[in-house]
Amino acid sequence: MSARIVHIASNTFREAVRDRVLYNLIAFALLMSGAAILVGQISIDIERLVVINLGLTAVSLFGMVIAIFFGIGLVSKEIEKRTLYTVLSRPVQRWEFIVGKFFGLAGTLVVNTFFMAIGVFAALLYVSHRFQGSDGWVLVALYFIILQFLIITALALLFSSFSSPLMAAVFAFALFVIGSFAEDLRGFAAMTQGVTRWLATGAAYLVPNFSALNVISSVAHEQPVAGQLVLFNTLYALIYAAMALCGAVLIFERRNLK
Amino acid sequence: MAVIEILGLEKTYTVGFWRKRPKCALKPLHLRVEEGEIFGFLGPNGAGKTTTLKLLMGLVFPTAGSARILGLDFNHPQVKAQIGFLPEQPYFYDYLTARELLEYYGQLSGVAAKDRSRRVGEMLDQVGLKDAAGVQLRKFSKGMLQRVGIAQAILHHPKVVFLDEPMSGLDPMGRREVRDLMEQLKLQGKTVFFSTHILSDAEALCDRVAIIHQGDLRGVGAVAELTSSIQGKVEIVWQGTLVPSSLRALGADCHVTGDAIRAVLPEGRQDAALEALGRERLRLISVIPVRTSLEDYFVAQLKPVEETAGATA
Repeated sequence: MSARIVHIASNTFREAVRDRVLYNLIAFALLMSGAAILVGQISIDIERLVVINLGLTAVSLFGMVIAIFFGIGLVSKEIEKRTLYTVLSRPVQRWEFIVGKFFGLAGTLVVNTFFMAIGVFAALLYVSHRFQGSDGWVLVALYFIILQFLIITALALLFSSFSSPLMAAVFAFALFVIGSFAEDLRGFAAMTQGVTRWLATGAAYLVPNFSALNVISSVAHEQPVAGQLVLFNTLYALIYAAMALCGAVLIFERRNLK
Repeated sequence: MAVIEILGLEKTYTVGFWRKRPKCALKPLHLRVEEGEIFGFLGPNGAGKTTTLKLLMGLVFPTAGSARILGLDFNHPQVKAQIGFLPEQPYFYDYLTARELLEYYGQLSGVAAKDRSRRVGEMLDQVGLKDAAGVQLRKFSKGMLQRVGIAQAILHHPKVVFLDEPMSGLDPMGRREVRDLMEQLKLQGKTVFFSTHILSDAEALCDRVAIIHQGDLRGVGAVAELTSSIQGKVEIVWQGTLVPSSLRALGADCHVTGDAIRAVLPEGRQDAALEALGRERLRLISVIPVRTSLEDYFVAQLKPVEETAGATA
């Protein structure tokens, strides 16, 4: 990786930290503490299930909100404020800028997820007083959540490279919602006929399949995750994010910075 | 040797949502800037100065034409490492301190890690921001931001420095400081290409200037040549508050400023005017031939189009 990408990524990380993006951790910590105490008092035998479900869903939602709302401004804000001018007038290629921004936000989300994961495990320890073997699957669920972040970050960057922050937010959020129901969309496509079937199938495979990356419920029920699924999901997320990133680069390489 | 060679660079934007129509921001521009000179790119607001600079920086893409900087195509990565750029009304990452910002730009420009910290310190010192090095840019005044902007433009020892309206929005002291900095750059052998619509700055600083209006290059030349043509008039200044009637009779155009009077009259009547002042025992301050100012030249270059536009309207 070029040194310039690393510098742009670390500056993006610094921006996120100084813009108080990581303050969401405080809200998350409060949520997890409250949930753990409350669940410990009202739930019988399902404390672990509730804490894992609630904790991982919160990790996913908090991260998605950051990925979308920080990601959509990564390029457009730099153009609007003209901070990009002094970067691109240096020996920095446009693709390096996009890739650096991507890794900067992805790094922010990984760090954020790491701290939230500590919160989830702390809450889990509080309600069940000990860890058990199946808790390891929570780590796999967290890994899948990070893969989702990579996809949505790349998509937010893609939309940010050609549209306004508002439109980019709408597009990214819409894809997140539709992608969360990608399996249902594929099921619907299988039930239709003719042109509708072609269109629905095309749309179902075009949107990111977030439902395949969501194993929160099965992990909460202590069901193991197949190694094949881990491999497939990893490849899928990396290829999808890379394609979205390529799209962002292709658009940005041709864009006039008026 | 031409350090900057603009070869028919042209930019046309498409405007309009439904009915798209072309809007020419820059007509084919041909220009040469020689090594070590301070070159002023003059024009009123919206003339095409910033578009030209953005084209040269690779921020917008030309519709046609090309340019060479330091003998290489202007988009060549090696060129970017040897140029510095200050955009108009610069805005920087305001969550960074001045030192952090310069460190970051030093990294992007490929300044070696061992030299970076020293270079940043030198730059902050040079632009008078040493004491504000640790302050976040969001707390900086406009003048301080402009100084940071200049520091980032010259941090990596570029051979050519492009400055877009560097004195814009600065107070007289700030303008003076920027002018001094530009003169220092020239002494260091750097080529400075700057755009401005403040003609006094251009006149004080530039070796040569180009005038652009409505995207069209109107004139290029050495400031000394453009301002040297004597108009056949002379300016006489003396101490006093009243204009002698004999001087009025000579057709002098007089202006009273404080306790001095400035009269402009045809060169042939200079001796008669001086005799008249001597008779009145008035204290003479100066006698200077009236030369064409850069402003006169600038206005003359813009006039034809405005008149044509007026005639067709």
